[in-house]
Amino acid sequence: MSGRSFLALTLTPEAPLCDWLAALDHQIQRAVGFFAGKPVILDLSMMQADTPDLPHLLPALKERGIRVLGIEGGDRSWPAVAEWDWRESPLGGRASGPVSIPEDEMTPPAHPTLVVEESVRSGQHIIWPDGDVVILGAVSSGAEVTAGGSVHIYGALRGRAIAGIGGNAQARIYTRNLAAELVAIDGFYATAEEMDAKCIGNPAQVMLLGETLVFKTLP
Amino acid sequence: MAKVLVVTSGKGGVGKTTTTAALGAALAKAGQNVVLVDFDVGLRNLDLVMGAERRVVFDLINVIQGDANLAQALIKDKRVDTLSLLPASQTRDKDALTPEGVAKVIADLSKKFDWVICDSPAGIERGAQMAMHHADMAVIVTNPEVSSVRDSDRIIGMLDSTTEKAKAGEKIEKFLLITRYDPQRAARGDMLGTDDVLEILSIPLLGIIPESPDVLKASNVGAPVTIAEPESAPARAYTEAARRLMGEKVAVTVPAERKGLFDWLFKRRVA
Repeated sequence: MSGRSFLALTLTPEAPLCDWLAALDHQIQRAVGFFAGKPVILDLSMMQADTPDLPHLLPALKERGIRVLGIEGGDRSWPAVAEWDWRESPLGGRASGPVSIPEDEMTPPAHPTLVVEESVRSGQHIIWPDGDVVILGAVSSGAEVTAGGSVHIYGALRGRAIAGIGGNAQARIYTRNLAAELVAIDGFYATAEEMDAKCIGNPAQVMLLGETLVFKTLP
Repeated sequence: MAKVLVVTSGKGGVGKTTTTAALGAALAKAGQNVVLVDFDVGLRNLDLVMGAERRVVFDLINVIQGDANLAQALIKDKRVDTLSLLPASQTRDKDALTPEGVAKVIADLSKKFDWVICDSPAGIERGAQMAMHHADMAVIVTNPEVSSVRDSDRIIGMLDSTTEKAKAGEKIEKFLLITRYDPQRAARGDMLGTDDVLEILSIPLLGIIPESPDVLKASNVGAPVTIAEPESAPARAYTEAARRLMGEKVAVTVPAERKGLFDWLFKRRVA
């Protein structure tokens, strides 16, 4: 004889069931394949004999590829569950606390980085609505770089850098020499006059804290 | 095959035409076959600076429209016989420059000359675009002041994106020529320093032309400074720049006026 131990996930549906299923669908969407091949215990302790839609719960889970290994709580005698294939449950087991569906299993939409190998000259405008932009040269006075993500400038920033368009407040702006005409993150902007004087002419980064643009010198 | 060189700047009044004439004459004096093409249709000046204004019969637009052939329109310089000029039309405007016509003229000139030097009009519109479109090399004329530097930066961006070479995925060779440089004002900090200009524009330096009354004097007598006053500081700077264009390695210096005591006294007396 040899034994094997599994971690069985326990699903505890709550009323109203259609909302609970929608939330489950949302989680499945974010972590495709999370339930695949995993044993699941269905815990009906939050259910009542007359909970609406209860008869459809088990088929709905099967439809989603969730293999119900056993059922706890509730009552076999409820008419609502009369048609269920309710096998004897493995009793007991050690509760392991809530299991969170790992976020990293969701496939992040690809936001490739745009690398510009040279300087962005006056009058030129680089627009990259999704990912980061890396500029190996300088951004000249009168030039503009707009990115959905962060803007990294390895030369001097003398023109405009606009990061986090489309609502990314985490975006930042980095440059080896801050001499910008304007910087903006997620719609909050600062002109040259409003920039932190100790950062001007130095390697610096700009980030958004709350609703304030914060300038920090880089080593 | 000729080198097609555009002299451009974006900003007006920085010395494009003076530079075209002086560099062209210096190259021609070094034995190169040179033609200067004035693209400033409607505001032509190169004929004046070259002292050829009374010899203009046909011009670039006549050639483009087929009213004259190149041989009729080209004006040979009387002082340096390897130097020619194709003047612009003063009565037309820049819309008369058609891309096909310009392409044909440049191609024809390229067969006859070693250097085709295009004097660009100021601005970034049609005239300037036509002048730079077929260039292999560009000399960007910049004064050491912020507005000129920014306009030059804009022009460099256009050279890298709109020209024929750029569209073919190649790089146009770009050189920076700083003109009207005043060492005393630079020392006082009234002017952008050479290092600052180079740092902002980050293209190789072709030369530094000092501010000098000799340049104005030469323009007014209708001769490039490299012909009228070949020993003057600006002429020497232009001659060195021309040698660098031909691929010679010459260290860039800021040529100072040669001021002996006698010179000084003499100038005082004349003034």
